[in-house]
Amino acid sequence: MFNVEDIRKDFPILARKVNGKPLIYLDNAATSQTPQQVIDAIVDYYANSNANIHRGVHKLSQEATDLYEAARKKIQTHFNAQHAHEIIFTSGTTHGINLIANGFSSLLKQGDEIIVSALEHHSNIVPWQMLCERTGATFKVIPMNAEGELVRSAFDALLSENTKLVFVNHISNALGTINPISYFIEKAHAVGAAVLIDGAQSAPHIKPDVQALDVDFYVTSAHKICGPTGVGMLYGKEEWLNKLPPYQGGGEMIAEVTFEKTTYADLPHKFEAGTPNICGGIAFGAALDYMNAIGFDTIAAYENELLNYATTLLLQIEGLKIYGTSSQKTSVISFNLEGIHPYDVGTILDKLGIAVRTGHHCAQPIMDYFKIPGTVRASFAFYNTKAEVDALVEGIKKAKMMLS
Amino acid sequence: MSIEDIQNEIIDEFSMFEDWEERYQYMIDLGKDLPLIDETYKTDTNIIKGCQSKVWVHAEMNADKIEFTADSDAIITKGIIAILIRVFSNQHPKAIIDANTDFIDQIGLKEHLSPTRANGLVSMVKQLKMYAIAYQTQLN
Repeated sequence: MFNVEDIRKDFPILARKVNGKPLIYLDNAATSQTPQQVIDAIVDYYANSNANIHRGVHKLSQEATDLYEAARKKIQTHFNAQHAHEIIFTSGTTHGINLIANGFSSLLKQGDEIIVSALEHHSNIVPWQMLCERTGATFKVIPMNAEGELVRSAFDALLSENTKLVFVNHISNALGTINPISYFIEKAHAVGAAVLIDGAQSAPHIKPDVQALDVDFYVTSAHKICGPTGVGMLYGKEEWLNKLPPYQGGGEMIAEVTFEKTTYADLPHKFEAGTPNICGGIAFGAALDYMNAIGFDTIAAYENELLNYATTLLLQIEGLKIYGTSSQKTSVISFNLEGIHPYDVGTILDKLGIAVRTGHHCAQPIMDYFKIPGTVRASFAFYNTKAEVDALVEGIKKAKMMLS
Repeated sequence: MSIEDIQNEIIDEFSMFEDWEERYQYMIDLGKDLPLIDETYKTDTNIIKGCQSKVWVHAEMNADKIEFTADSDAIITKGIIAILIRVFSNQHPKAIIDANTDFIDQIGLKEHLSPTRANGLVSMVKQLKMYAIAYQTQLN
């Protein structure tokens, strides 16, 4: 039985005060908070098992290796990858995207095309622009409509036999729209293109099955899913990962080195040069254990309830406009008060102990589409409460009164 | 009045406020009353880009004093600009170069000069000083 008050006891930070007020943390789409179970895993690793992995003959090194590889298994099981070696540890989503973009630079040629969506985060646009500059491939964009949804028919029209890679986020960080990725994957595969899904925003809310989706690459970050910062994962189908060249050179990723030639290690080590974030990987596994113990269906149902509750109340505030009004949305509300800069609203909310994000959310093309400098974004997690939503609503009313 | 006298005057005014709300309401009102910058000066070259709110600054030399006008698209940022203009405008370049901004801390607005705010104010203070250095060089 889901009890939010019990859940909140797992998160020490939720008990602290900000500006003399109880913290109301509504910036979960930027980073999630960390439960004691994950903090314990981090402390336990450094207190009991800290050693470098894979090469040591000694007991500690074996323990650390076992813990790290067990975490990889947990991630494999969670995302339902066919093989554990299809899970590559990264420093986060951006690293995963760059790894793929770099890998494709040896596969693309002049005349090839990459399709990305208009809902992308900056980190998703820049590596592909760089890739196109390097290879002479061209870059096409799936447009969005006024609800903040990608236009399927426009995507269909962009696809051709020249399309080599399609790149879409599962959920938009700025608007919360859940994109129809199954549709994109099926259509892209029909013309022989690979698909990379950015799961940074979806992994906290949805448990994706990479085999059922038949997706070629999927990337995400641990810190959005109650894990630590600086670690994430890239899933790639074995055949694709074997096709791509290594990203970085260094230790761990080689099989044999002479001055004449180096042969690369097998998957996943080919893509994991140097000593990895061992503790981070283990804590990532602990975070998935924590979330799975609650259950993703339970989490999604509760967050949806919060979203509906908040949307109804916010829309009652005169002059408040919500951006991103798709019926397929996660628990993110991007909004503005008429005639008031989002920065001002965020500043007053901060004074009230309410943490929201303001600005363009690294998604300037979306802000340009709506012709706004940015939005205020409140994003809810399963440890938020309706009472906190009420406090947000009161806070916005106060900000409006002070700023009008 | 010297820069220091003006700063002390502002510190006195702010000491009368009992809580953050009164301080912020005062700043918001200052922002609303900030004399409008001539639209022709709101150019890309005069813009200071913070990540979130935009700040425009224009400087002009009158006799041996610098006159600043400025604007922002966010009202709280404008309020702080109004305070900075009151302190630094119509002062000799040398006095602007030598002045510090510790009074911001003393009136309880330190957080707005933190780099994480990304509101353009840190850059604005730097820009005011750059103008002062440039005009001082001309005077020498």
